[in-house]
Amino acid sequence: MDVLYFAWVRERIGHPKDRIASTPATVMDLVEELRAREDRYAVAFADLSALRVAVDQELRDFDAPLSGAREVAFFPPMTGG
Amino acid sequence: MDIRVQQAPFDLGAEANAFAARQSGMGAVVTFTGIVRDLGGDLSAMEIEHYPGMTEKALHAIADEAANRWQIGDALILHRHGRLAPDEMIMMVATASRHRADAFQAAEFLMDFLKSRAPFWKKEVTDAGADWVAARDEDEDALTRW
Repeated sequence: MDVLYFAWVRERIGHPKDRIASTPATVMDLVEELRAREDRYAVAFADLSALRVAVDQELRDFDAPLSGAREVAFFPPMTGG
Repeated sequence: MDIRVQQAPFDLGAEANAFAARQSGMGAVVTFTGIVRDLGGDLSAMEIEHYPGMTEKALHAIADEAANRWQIGDALILHRHGRLAPDEMIMMVATASRHRADAFQAAEFLMDFLKSRAPFWKKEVTDAGADWVAARDEDEDALTRW
């Protein structure tokens, strides 16, 4: 599964993408796994209210299941227009 | 529906004319254009990042929803990414309808949703450094009126 980061989430983690081999059941399980990796991940994921998540390019909640998901993306609230 | 995400500048007049010219039976065309503004007087650039793939899907979904809610014959969303200078055009929407109310409302709906539901992120580069633009509560609140 590919995990993508955008905007300041990407900057804090230091790269735009990770490929993970594990199979977390939900977005929250994935977040916990990433937080445990290194400090920069823990910092990026410290405040989930400042983050949004997309699963296979659709906006989802943090309790969304990940079964069959190919791509998960984390990013701040969007500022288009 | 014409959805485009591109780095290159666009010609507002040419786009508006081409959009109007391909309509048939439409009495109204509304366009909106967003421009990079320099509120503090020291903005050197606006950098726009997006999520290729999801961006196009999200814009199509927003345009489809507008077409479900209003009688519009056509819609255009054109949004740039990359590094833009102050006063450059960031994006435009255009809508066409038989009567103007549908075109105006659909254009406002497109703007409200693409501000906070399409995966773009703006970063302002000033003399003091570079900062990501924070999402505004008003933009989120604006969605509740639809």
